[in-house]
Amino acid sequence: MPDPTVIIMFLRQVWTITAKDLHSELRTKEALNASIAFSVTILLLFNWAFDPSSEQVQEFSGGLLWMTYTFAAALVLNRSFARELQNDCLDALIASPISSSALFVGKALANFVILLAVELFSLPFFLLFYNVSWTADRCLPMLLVLALGTWALTVIGTLFSALTVNLKLRELMVPMLVYPMMIPALIAAITVTTNLVAGNPLGLGTRLLLAFDIIFTALAVALVDTVLVG
Amino acid sequence: MIALEGHHKSALEISDVWKYYGDFPALRAVALNIEPGSTMALLGRNGAGKTTLLRIIAGLSRPSRGSIKIQGADAREQTTRQRIGILGHGIALYDELSAIENLTLFGRLYGLPDPRKRADEMLERVGLARVRDGLAREFSRGMRQRLAVGRAFLHDPEVLLLDEPFTALDDRAIAVLQSMIQEMRLRGRTIIMSTHQLREALELASHVALLQRGQIVHTGERTQQMLDDTGWLYRTYGEN
Repeated sequence: MPDPTVIIMFLRQVWTITAKDLHSELRTKEALNASIAFSVTILLLFNWAFDPSSEQVQEFSGGLLWMTYTFAAALVLNRSFARELQNDCLDALIASPISSSALFVGKALANFVILLAVELFSLPFFLLFYNVSWTADRCLPMLLVLALGTWALTVIGTLFSALTVNLKLRELMVPMLVYPMMIPALIAAITVTTNLVAGNPLGLGTRLLLAFDIIFTALAVALVDTVLVG
Repeated sequence: MIALEGHHKSALEISDVWKYYGDFPALRAVALNIEPGSTMALLGRNGAGKTTLLRIIAGLSRPSRGSIKIQGADAREQTTRQRIGILGHGIALYDELSAIENLTLFGRLYGLPDPRKRADEMLERVGLARVRDGLAREFSRGMRQRLAVGRAFLHDPEVLLLDEPFTALDDRAIAVLQSMIQEMRLRGRTIIMSTHQLREALELASHVALLQRGQIVHTGERTQQMLDDTGWLYRTYGEN
């Protein structure tokens, strides 16, 4: 049984980092504005390019939404550890008593909150632009799918942001590394979302997403110290 | 190598440390014992390995071979990092946070019981109390440097690592840093300072170590001869 003092200290450290990142982002709004603008613009442009019937919307809704969210996420996740390079703040964090896993989880949670905010903001635009009929009973399942899919994006993206932080081409490397890793989770998220929009049961995809999240979170927490301390 | 007194635990024990970047040995068989309360000037030309060594001591990098113990514990342990303060090349402050927010953040990271109160005290100490709510990015260079000094000393570290601490500081920041280093020396803290500025370093140091191409070529107490003739150490032990 883990020592409760250690758990409390870990949670405090996580909260310190999460609060710091969210505070910084709310003050600058750099990633938030860019990713919201991107999401809404892409949804609008696709609506302009196609004139889908309701059946067509049901077919590609999951793919369109998650493609939009995935590319918007790159704008947030690229900066996650890169923002710490300014003034050598990353060195100060690594040298401090905070554990690498608390640093990672803190940053991942902040990224998760930001990404979820972007997705919830742009979701009504999707429903509006594509004339998707929506019922209240689908809200909680949609929130669940968004949470599971977004955490998958976040944990992979945050880990690779740490891995590539000292590379010159990190803006290029993060998407190149993240997107292939995300394929299983994205397929599951797309399938579940499409089912939800069509009014069908969620299916097995939710369990696949949950398993993906648990496995990759555990892997990331285990590896992050090696990634950060060269 | 500085002799280890039997009844004192070393503040810092560096044993046969090597560090490779690819095939290049940045550090070669570095061994050093630093007694508690010493002020060690780590000297050497550019590229000698001073920053590499300090980064390993600080837990920012792992040695390829060898070990580093700080007060008997591994450099990467959380309790060890609690006791270390670092002032490096970067100021390690968040531009979008205010002075008080920056110091409170680091106070929390170091587990201080009342981080905000301690941050206020430190801002007073470094002469930035009037601008506590100003964003770091709005500060002048000298103010940012003083804030960085405040951050390094905030948690009252037992071992202080200073990498080129006087470089590009203005007069006021130098004065603040010198007085805080002096205070730490009087309180028996251990200081390791890497620098090119021989006179400032030798005036503060009790011991010196000269690093050349990744190897320690001389360690020992600082002597009056070193103070009187600051080039003597390099002429005697350094490269020609």
